[in-house]
Amino acid sequence: MFDNLSEKLEGALKSITGKGRIDELNIAETIREIRRALLDADVNYQVAREVTERIKDETVGQKVLSSVSPGQQLIKIVYDELVDLLGTNQEPIQFSQKPPTVILVAGLQGSGKTTFCSKLALHLKSQGKSPMLAAADVYRPAAVDQLETLAASIDVPVFSIRKDGNVVKDAVNVAREAVTAARKATRDVLIVDTAGRMHVDEEMMHEVEAIRDSISPDEILFVVDSMTGQDAVNTAKEFNDRLNFDGVVLTKLDGDTRGGAALSIRSVVQKPIKFASTGEKLEALSAFYPDRMAQRILGMGDVVSFVEKAQEQFDEKQAEKLRKKISTEKFDLEDFYDQLQRIKKMGPMKDLVGMIPGIGRKLNDLEVDEDAFKHIEAIIQSMTTDERSRPEIINGSRRKRIAAGSGVEVRDVNQLLKQFKDMRKMMKTMTKMLGKGRGIDPSTFLSPN
Amino acid sequence: MALLSGKRSKQEEEKLSAGLEKTRSSLFGKLNRLVRGKDTVDADVLDDLEGILVTSDVGVKTTVDIIRRVEERVANDKYVSTRELQSLIRDEISHLMLDHAPDRPADFDAPLVNQPHVIMVVGVNGVGKTTSIGKIAHRYKEAGKLVILGAADTFRAAATEQLQIWGERADVEVIKQGQGSDPAAVAFDTLAAANNRNADVVIIDTAGRLHTKGGLMDELSKIKRVMDRQVDGAPHEVLLVLDASTGQNAIRQAEEFTRSVDVTGLILTKLDGTAKGGIAIGISNEFMIPVKYIGVGEQIDDLQVFDRESFVKALFD
Ligand SMILES: Nc1nc2c(ncn2[C@@H]2O[C@H](COP(=O)(O)OP(=O)(O)OP(=O)(O)O)[C@@H](O)[C@H]2O)c(=O)[nH]1
Ligand SMILES: [Mg+2]
Repeated sequence: MFDNLSEKLEGALKSITGKGRIDELNIAETIREIRRALLDADVNYQVAREVTERIKDETVGQKVLSSVSPGQQLIKIVYDELVDLLGTNQEPIQFSQKPPTVILVAGLQGSGKTTFCSKLALHLKSQGKSPMLAAADVYRPAAVDQLETLAASIDVPVFSIRKDGNVVKDAVNVAREAVTAARKATRDVLIVDTAGRMHVDEEMMHEVEAIRDSISPDEILFVVDSMTGQDAVNTAKEFNDRLNFDGVVLTKLDGDTRGGAALSIRSVVQKPIKFASTGEKLEALSAFYPDRMAQRILGMGDVVSFVEKAQEQFDEKQAEKLRKKISTEKFDLEDFYDQLQRIKKMGPMKDLVGMIPGIGRKLNDLEVDEDAFKHIEAIIQSMTTDERSRPEIINGSRRKRIAAGSGVEVRDVNQLLKQFKDMRKMMKTMTKMLGKGRGIDPSTFLSPN
Repeated sequence: MALLSGKRSKQEEEKLSAGLEKTRSSLFGKLNRLVRGKDTVDADVLDDLEGILVTSDVGVKTTVDIIRRVEERVANDKYVSTRELQSLIRDEISHLMLDHAPDRPADFDAPLVNQPHVIMVVGVNGVGKTTSIGKIAHRYKEAGKLVILGAADTFRAAATEQLQIWGERADVEVIKQGQGSDPAAVAFDTLAAANNRNADVVIIDTAGRLHTKGGLMDELSKIKRVMDRQVDGAPHEVLLVLDASTGQNAIRQAEEFTRSVDVTGLILTKLDGTAKGGIAIGISNEFMIPVKYIGVGEQIDDLQVFDRESFVKALFD
């Protein structure tokens, strides 16, 4: 079930086409569709109302452009509004002049704090810093062990306090002594992991305030699960009232959540989203991209994330080229071959496909057998340049020649060509889902600037 | 109603900050204010109902459904008092939620058909699987049952240690292998041990996984499949744990976990916060899965058998 907002909007906007101007009446149904899309994406009810009201005010009185469809025109307005709300620039961590820089990490239970702390440590380490972790979650069973295991895997020291093998239940003390320990060991960053807590738990909220007061962190990060629903505003607001945090970390973005909570939180606390956590591996941390988040919230799929993921393997220019090719269906066997080389380094295809909201496992039939790569490579290598760029010309006799050249059966060649066709079809479908041909030009969203 | 008619309502003009405050106040308090002295439900009431339901994560689709039902019923009755309207609304909502299945009793004292009765616990990362297992083990143990836990989360750092501590708290045995071992093998061993010891209840913990990761979901199906080789028909229950603060993505979670391991019941955790867990209504209805337990805190006693009436009532508190 893929929400195709642009298609719905086209339908809702039929009444406007030819009317010349958008007015309160003819826009009502459309505004409702937009609001519904936002709510389906977990944008907070009040925030969604606010946003749609603003969009209405912006659109009413506007001339309907005849050159573009009204749906496209409107989606552009909505999209721009969301990107704007999500914040346009990336905000870095504030480092202290006098090391160690102290970073306090807080949030609800199960939001992903411990994993994030370790990821941040690894990230900072790769930037030449020498981080230390502090295990101030003294409550959850084995939380300290968890942090220690993760930290050991990236070779970062952990400060914790145990007595007779048991964790001492004094989080404020752990945090305070960790600062001293970091200074002594000349570590330049200290990341303090804290226990998950409910924003309504007076005692625990008081504890985190006490931790803050005793270590005066340079940076306080609020970690929130991107799958959070309507309640995100309540928790973010309470944590912010208590801690006045500096930034937000969105976790579990490798799933297919639409992530409206990001928008709600931004609107309510006006704090930048500084990191996106996208997997269980400690490397899976990235900066936050408002444009991609806006697309996600609007249910426009995530060809971009797919491409971004690829970007770790491709350079900017190549990625841009690929982006264009996918959106214009000009993707050929040459590109396919080129990608295989990189995909091999990117991990299982299935995981990549899983990043596409609304598609998830449905593409399982297209599973790529990693061992098949060798054959595929050989087959493509046996093709002429012309064949690679126009696979449709590969007829029976060409197939025979290619099979002989690559040492495989003709049916292997057939299978590859079929797989490639399927893949192209899938990409075409995704392009379609981004907006019916006559509707919106997907490339406007793929490269909004 | 904003979602149904597209008409602009008074609420829409309210400012965001005021609006957020508003959602915390009670619907039925509001209903009293709005309905008193009127003999029909006006759009404002339904508008408010819509607001309450959507902000409880009930989701647009289910909310629109509920409002339609309420409207229909009101249309048939000539006069609706505040009191009648209140119970009518609660009624319509709780009708959507399934009752406990008799062959999988939620009551810990109830006799179990299978010995051992095998429960597998699944869900996305961090929802409260391990904690819930500790709490459930404690309750079964208190009811005089011999309980064994299986540490089949062999992936997450210190997951086994965490379950081990819960095992100690509940005073039940935990079967484990090291981190990185095959989770299906752990499940298999746990059931073998349960057979040996004549255990009454077995609960298998699994690693948190996002429902979009095909490979990990396949792994889960495999863990489930091997159990049947030790105990007939095992697992007899597959409980999907949902965090009450999760929004619409919970539907996708239910969809994929049901597809992979045939979920038989839900555990709704973290209801001790301000999240209402409204998503469970649509899920229970759509997937025909009852909510079995709720989690209301981090302590061993913070588990309750799900009760429809109080759940629905809490939506409006
Ligand atoms: N407040 C509250 N916290 C809970 C509840 N249930 C679990 N938690 C907390 O949520 C956090 C995660 O719980 P776990 O039991 O480790 O969750 P899990 O699903 O096993 O997590 P993974 O195995 O890492 O996927 C812990 O800090 C628990 O104490 C609940 O009902 N209320
Ligand atoms: Mg666990």
